[in-house]
Amino acid sequence: MSTATHSQGMFGLALRRFRRHRLALGSAAALVALAVLAVAAPLVEAALGVDSSVVDLFNRFAPATAAHPLGTDELGRDVLVRLLYGGRVSLLVGLVTALVAAVIGTIVGLIAGFYGGRVDGLLMRFTDGVIALPLLPLLIVLAALDLEKVGLPAAFVQSENVSLYRIIAIVALVGWTTVARLVRGAALTLREADFVLAAHAQGAGALRIMAVHILPNLVSPIIVATTLSVGSVILLESVLSFLGLGIQPPIPSWGNLLTNAQELIWTAPALAFYPGILIFVTVIAFNFLGDGLQDALDPKAMEGR
Amino acid sequence: MTRFLATRVAQSVIVLALMSFAIYALIGLMPGDPIDLMISADPKMTPEDAARLRELYGVDKPVVERYANWLMAALGGDLGYSRLYAAPVLDVLLPALGNTLILLGLTLVLSLAIGLPAGVVAALRPYSRTDYAINLFAFAGISVPAFWLGLLLIIVFAVILGVLPAGGTETVGGAGFWDQAKYLVLPVANLTLASVGGHTRYMRAAMMETLRQDYIRTARAKGAGRARVVLGHALRNAMIPVVTIIALQFGYLFSGALITETIFAYPGMGKLIFDSIMGNDFNLALVALLFATLVTLIGNLLADVTYAWLDPRITYR
Repeated sequence: MSTATHSQGMFGLALRRFRRHRLALGSAAALVALAVLAVAAPLVEAALGVDSSVVDLFNRFAPATAAHPLGTDELGRDVLVRLLYGGRVSLLVGLVTALVAAVIGTIVGLIAGFYGGRVDGLLMRFTDGVIALPLLPLLIVLAALDLEKVGLPAAFVQSENVSLYRIIAIVALVGWTTVARLVRGAALTLREADFVLAAHAQGAGALRIMAVHILPNLVSPIIVATTLSVGSVILLESVLSFLGLGIQPPIPSWGNLLTNAQELIWTAPALAFYPGILIFVTVIAFNFLGDGLQDALDPKAMEGR
Repeated sequence: MTRFLATRVAQSVIVLALMSFAIYALIGLMPGDPIDLMISADPKMTPEDAARLRELYGVDKPVVERYANWLMAALGGDLGYSRLYAAPVLDVLLPALGNTLILLGLTLVLSLAIGLPAGVVAALRPYSRTDYAINLFAFAGISVPAFWLGLLLIIVFAVILGVLPAGGTETVGGAGFWDQAKYLVLPVANLTLASVGGHTRYMRAAMMETLRQDYIRTARAKGAGRARVVLGHALRNAMIPVVTIIALQFGYLFSGALITETIFAYPGMGKLIFDSIMGNDFNLALVALLFATLVTLIGNLLADVTYAWLDPRITYR
């Protein structure tokens, strides 16, 4: 019973500190609202009585009306509904990629921090190397690879969703470094803790100590780093999709909605505005949220302020 | 110091060698090969001809052997020929590298000139209104999609106001220093806005950490003025982690340059890499990617040297 009260106390404390962070709170609300709207995209579409996949060339660049609250695009499709569908994809890809990256980063960081010494040196050199690389040019190469030459089955390569899996895989491949460094730092301190020594003394194996004794204590840094990396993942996805190398039409994403924007800059500057502002708001919200969580979950922040 | 430098240079060479093989192998996995391009250019070619050509150019050999051949030629100074620009790879690459270094240099100077003082000011009054405003600005800079910011800059300054050119490097026929400078304003502004936020945040964090140290309290206690404590005692120590991060971010800055150059049609390395990959120009893409890696590695090396200069406690034995 005492443990329950204790953990509730910690949680309550974190919640109180988090609530003081008004920006983070507002960000969380904005993200929830965006997610709800994105999930409800078909409902919005039905409510407006439009079909965002039908091309209507007689109705191109229509101004805002009741049926099209944000007007129509270069093919006469409703801009608002397409933005919401794009949000579904961009948010989903951002979250899934950040989670995959967090798993990779946690494994690397945990191993480096737990074993220390030479293993740590090698893994962290490697991590620093990945961070120092010019990532975007390399991601472009990875995005341009012929998946059949890599050895994947043709049926998979030609399926419609392959661009989703590809972007998740390649962005996760470079996005794990933040989590790895934070987890490694925390694990390095934890391995010296008395309860780890006790576990060693009781004959627990390395795997068990890592999974049962160290990992649960790493939850805060992992949550913070993952939240922060959602923002950078969404930025990477959007720029690759913008360049035509990420998520492929007809699947809409905030990035590929901007692909044609540069050519249409004279005709319809507003089309270049909407997807970008949504990316911007989402990314900044995830960054504020991560910052707020860091302040709330970090025990060191308790003394300050 | 010499020994330390030698080790670091040797490490960089190893990284570069590994990267060159990785990139070579990856480029081999991209759609099409040089012979496919020849076939598409000459409809009369038979499959037998294609097979003969593959054997002649060694395209059918295993990747390690092809890489070894490429490496021997490259070390002998033959980096190949660009298909897209119909010129030797180096002739295409060097002007682009120059353009990118101008862009990155100007951006770095501007971004540091704004970001570092802003970070110090924010750290001096943490959680004040000033700090809040600077933080908001920094977060906005980190979170804005650089390509979209570029589009907005073009819409505002080229389309609506019509005061600055939307892309390129100079007016046709009307060259000159000021003319070229006008074409640099938007790309440099774009890249600076996208990188200044990070620099501000790092400086703020490092300065706050430093100001908590005992020797700062000692300096205050012995009666040193505020400016002297901040500029004389704290700044140099706070700069140490900042320099490391800035150097580690060099690759990140290069990624930003790729976006900026593509948006503003600025003929630098980033745009060259993008165009060569999109245009199946394998020779050029390979060497350009390696040059990008090399520039990043040199940046990291310079950081290590600056680090030693800033922090005399590090002796590097």
